[in-house]
Amino acid sequence: MTAASVPNAAPALLPADTSIDWNRITRFGGLLALGLVFISLAGMPLGLNQRTVIEPVLSLGYLALMWLPFLAGYNVGNEIVLEGMEATKKGPRDLLGGLIVGAIGGVGLSILVLLIDNFDLRDPLVNWSPQLLEFLNFENGVGFGSWIWIPFCGLLGLAGASLQLMSQTMRRAVMTVILAVIVLSVFEFLIIDIVDPLKKVLYAQQGGLKWGAAIVVAILAAAFSLFGREPISQVRSNYNDATGPEKSRQTAVLIGLSVLALIVIPMFTGKITQELLANVGIFLLLALGLNIVVGLAGILDLGYVAFFAVGGYTTAVLTSSNRGEDWPSWFPSEIHWVLALIATVIMAGIVGLIIGAPVIRMRGDYLAIVTLGFGEIIRLLFLSDWLNGYFNGAQGITNIPPADFGIFEIKGTDPRSVFYLVLFFAAISIYVSWRLERSRLGRAWMAIREDESVAEAMGINTVNVKLMAFVVGAVLASFSGAIFATKVGSIFPTSFLILVSIIILVVVIVGGMGNIVGVIVGAFVLIGVLGGPKQPGLLQEFSEYKLLIYGALLIWMMLKRPEGLVPNARRSRELHQDEFLQDAWLKGEVDDAVPDSGDVDGTVAPA
Amino acid sequence: MFPLTSAVQVKGSRRTTVDWFLVLIRVVLISLIVVGILAFIAQQIDPENAFAKWRNPGANRLTAAQFKGLVVTGLSQGAMYGLIALGYSMVYGVLGFINFAHGEVFMLGAFTGFVTSNKLAEAGLWEGAAFLPSVIMTAILAALIATGAAVLMERVAYRPLRGSPRLIPLITSIGVSFFIQNAVILLFGPGAKSYPSNPEWLQQKRSILTFEVEGTKILVLIVAAISMAGLWFFVERTKTGKAMRAVAEDKEIASLMGINVDRTIVTTFAVGGAMAGIAGILWGLLFRSVIATTGFLPGIKAFTAAVVGGVGNLGGAMAGGVSLGTAEATAPLVLLEPLGVDGVSQLRDAVAFTLLILVLLIKPTGLFGERLSSEDRA
Amino acid sequence: MTRLLDIQNLSVTFGGLHALKDLNFHVDEGEIVGVIGPNGAGKTTFFNMISGMVTPSSGQILFEGESMIGLDPNQVTQRGISRTFQNVRLFANMTILENVMVAQHCRTSRGVWGSLLNTKGFRQEEKEIREHGEKVLGFFGSRLIGYRMDQPASVLSYANRRRLEIARAMATKPKLLLLDEPVAGMNPMESAELTDLIGKLRSEWGFTIVMIEHDMDVVRDVSDRVVVLDHGETLAQGSFDEVSTNPEVIEAYLGRPLEKRK
Repeated sequence: MTAASVPNAAPALLPADTSIDWNRITRFGGLLALGLVFISLAGMPLGLNQRTVIEPVLSLGYLALMWLPFLAGYNVGNEIVLEGMEATKKGPRDLLGGLIVGAIGGVGLSILVLLIDNFDLRDPLVNWSPQLLEFLNFENGVGFGSWIWIPFCGLLGLAGASLQLMSQTMRRAVMTVILAVIVLSVFEFLIIDIVDPLKKVLYAQQGGLKWGAAIVVAILAAAFSLFGREPISQVRSNYNDATGPEKSRQTAVLIGLSVLALIVIPMFTGKITQELLANVGIFLLLALGLNIVVGLAGILDLGYVAFFAVGGYTTAVLTSSNRGEDWPSWFPSEIHWVLALIATVIMAGIVGLIIGAPVIRMRGDYLAIVTLGFGEIIRLLFLSDWLNGYFNGAQGITNIPPADFGIFEIKGTDPRSVFYLVLFFAAISIYVSWRLERSRLGRAWMAIREDESVAEAMGINTVNVKLMAFVVGAVLASFSGAIFATKVGSIFPTSFLILVSIIILVVVIVGGMGNIVGVIVGAFVLIGVLGGPKQPGLLQEFSEYKLLIYGALLIWMMLKRPEGLVPNARRSRELHQDEFLQDAWLKGEVDDAVPDSGDVDGTVAPA
Repeated sequence: MFPLTSAVQVKGSRRTTVDWFLVLIRVVLISLIVVGILAFIAQQIDPENAFAKWRNPGANRLTAAQFKGLVVTGLSQGAMYGLIALGYSMVYGVLGFINFAHGEVFMLGAFTGFVTSNKLAEAGLWEGAAFLPSVIMTAILAALIATGAAVLMERVAYRPLRGSPRLIPLITSIGVSFFIQNAVILLFGPGAKSYPSNPEWLQQKRSILTFEVEGTKILVLIVAAISMAGLWFFVERTKTGKAMRAVAEDKEIASLMGINVDRTIVTTFAVGGAMAGIAGILWGLLFRSVIATTGFLPGIKAFTAAVVGGVGNLGGAMAGGVSLGTAEATAPLVLLEPLGVDGVSQLRDAVAFTLLILVLLIKPTGLFGERLSSEDRA
Repeated sequence: MTRLLDIQNLSVTFGGLHALKDLNFHVDEGEIVGVIGPNGAGKTTFFNMISGMVTPSSGQILFEGESMIGLDPNQVTQRGISRTFQNVRLFANMTILENVMVAQHCRTSRGVWGSLLNTKGFRQEEKEIREHGEKVLGFFGSRLIGYRMDQPASVLSYANRRRLEIARAMATKPKLLLLDEPVAGMNPMESAELTDLIGKLRSEWGFTIVMIEHDMDVVRDVSDRVVVLDHGETLAQGSFDEVSTNPEVIEAYLGRPLEKRK
């Protein structure tokens, strides 16, 4: 029982190890060098060099190499404090570490420069080119290029490490400045699209922030970070502290404002932004559906694209004038979009049942692989000669008419109308997810996610309940498919590759499994910035690299933040069970060590 | 109990709607298979047979040579699947998760082979008497690169996740697979890469037990057999192999017995990676073309093979690979065409996926028995 | 008194090993039956079998005269048998209240449409679920209610987890409650209190109870009848006093004296 008092009478901590950890430094340096060489050979610097961040100082190409030493320098001093040790103090040795790590990384690039200069490996490696050499030399000859990266990366590493030494406020200010400049320059198209006059003020003729504008932005961002943070955190804590009806009122206002913004913004933007928003919306719908399956019910469905495909094809077959020729004459054709949607939803539900029923009793990992198989089979069937008479194989179904609602029309050439339609369905999906999470069904899903066999022993028909999640997910995906078919006006099997499933999975995971807000944020950030499987995002130059980035993101999220950027409290507890318990114990929330008196009515709440 | 129901763990005789639905699916699939095979037999006896004509008016007799050709193709591909399957099987046996990125390890092996073989061909070493030593060298190099990739993967992505819920490493491995695929596209370009053509003497057909077999396929079978034998010796006879089996049984107890669990797991990845690397070379010799997505389908098929053979069961993985390869090679012509399906060769991959689903549905514990620790079996 | 549960010639084998052999067992309505036996006697298998998690290889389980063979665990619970687990298995990341709310799943029926349209029936049912949940939690005093209800179950102490598990089993509105070592890991004071509560489960809530327990004081205090299992067979049954003086039972627990061994 006295164990409870341990936190108070903590024994003296061991002094932190202050020696320089050469092992760690060389490991980081080696990884950094590999990373830099990989990025160079993957063609990122050259591919991105077209785009200027700050005119004429910095291009996106150089930025693609510069962030890595900076990050490595920052992280090399970021050691895990072992239990029972004092926290390490940041000091000169961290700076030294950052410098050395950066320099080792630079050595990697220098060696690369020398190698490219002396050997021709262009045969297997497509980016092993004189252009890359030129880029790495800063167009100043090999003599310059072979050494310049060592001090340059070293300094970047040093800069990264020096972030560690700053106070919290300073660090935040620096980060805000960097982010503000990059975001402003990267989102050039979006910003010009919304506020056209800014083009002349902020951006240079050939793209990129003017350097003067960059300085102004930096100063503004710094000022905001230093002085503007207070009121914002005030508002936020007001919101967090509010309870009961006051909280729900504020939430309602917040939701109302965001919806209003989403309705109003597209009215003032150009086609590019509208198109972007429509794409984000279509994938948001998919992500919301997958969130129910993966996030709430804990079923890893890798073949989710199948329902998207079924939704798209059903709508296409029912509305297009150019579907396959083998359909019997009585089969409805060229019907109104709304009727087609109803049929689509029913079809998706049925396919959800057909795919769901066999897999629902499998253990989680087998289920993932089998659903992946189903996803591929469905695509291969749409593609096959066998069913060519129905789905036109690789030629796809074309001539899908716009959805005609009398007063307005939804068509691909008017992305704004598509976006409003998507918004409407997203609202439905969000409402469905939100209501279901707080219902009998939602609780049953949670219980199954936690411990399936106990859930079954507590009277939950796990098969039915999981099937329900499958079907609800399928129906939400079919909305998306129906809109997609109408938007594009034609539909091909290549739009439904497995990679669509994986990208949606990344969106759900990055946003935060089981969290609606997280999924919305994830969809806007990922699909909006990087783009969907085939749809370009804001960073059009990145489209070649986005799949790589999605893969890296998935790994990084699983390793560092499996609960996502906007975590669902419950999910994150599940994933960090140990840490959570430790925290709760330190806060005195766990009653493990509290003497549990025998009297029934005695309160055992900890002090 | 009726063997077809064991997979879904029906707890008794009373069935729910879902069970009835599953039974229906099975009955339909099995009757399709039976009808297809019967129609095939009918067409073999007499292509003009009414039953053979029923679904497939263009029924044609398959000659014995054609059929044997299919079987040999199936066997050689199956041997390759088996080699890849070993990696899935061992990792699942030891860590209890599906290393989805294992197919990518195989692809990296094939890519290493592509680079090395072309360089060797430029030097004139990919023909004549120099061919065999060159192939061996290429295989060793591919095995090394693949091993390196597998070990790096384990160190960077999987080791920090040990002990987390089992879907987490699976999702991570999907990310790894995605990353490697796209990294290869960026480094080597998206197009298909070709191996240099095999020397004349290898391409010649030889007659073995009335089977006319192309030399390449014989080579593939021999290499696969040697690798398998080596692996078997390693796992069953060496101390490290014993440690691997102990870790697969129970990690905690194994570490109490003085076994270095971390190192054993790395070894598992390394050995699996080496096998996949060798399989990559075999792929190159057989199909002489490799692209960045080469790893995906063989990976899935090899996983199927691992499940068919019983996860954790090495002999089973090899047997599973061979049976899957044969089924995949023969099913389109023996089963689907008699059923009147058009464009059967397009559906080869669909056949593989259907097989995967069927196996996991009907017998997820495999034909030759699973070997998993109790914690992984849950 | 009527027969609630009647088990006839029940056997189960795991790979040729008899976990239970020709077991005959019955529970009358309103009884509290203690099941004891040395480790590995098959007690938990016995529970798993009643609750449908393991299918017996032969024999019959009748609950209220109906066969339970082949029912899934959720169907068993629906019929009115609920259980706790030896190694407490709560839904650790759901709140305490949610734990007991989700257990009422099979007693409620509102589906997707009710919750989407937020119908009156749905709201009414949610309210009832909540109230019943609070009621079963309240059975254990103030430990599990109040601010605690909205905390995740993982923060509870061991003893409270056991209590919550019993509450969760109670929430399914069973007729027969199967308690697997309800006082394991509790101190004498706590187990004395829980013994009292087990008595109340019968007198106030009307549950019939079968309880596996190693703590002989608890078994003596609450059981009307005690059944001793050993090597999957019934060794003896009767009142606690009869059983505890039975030489075979003592032998099973303490081992056979050396000279009697063959």
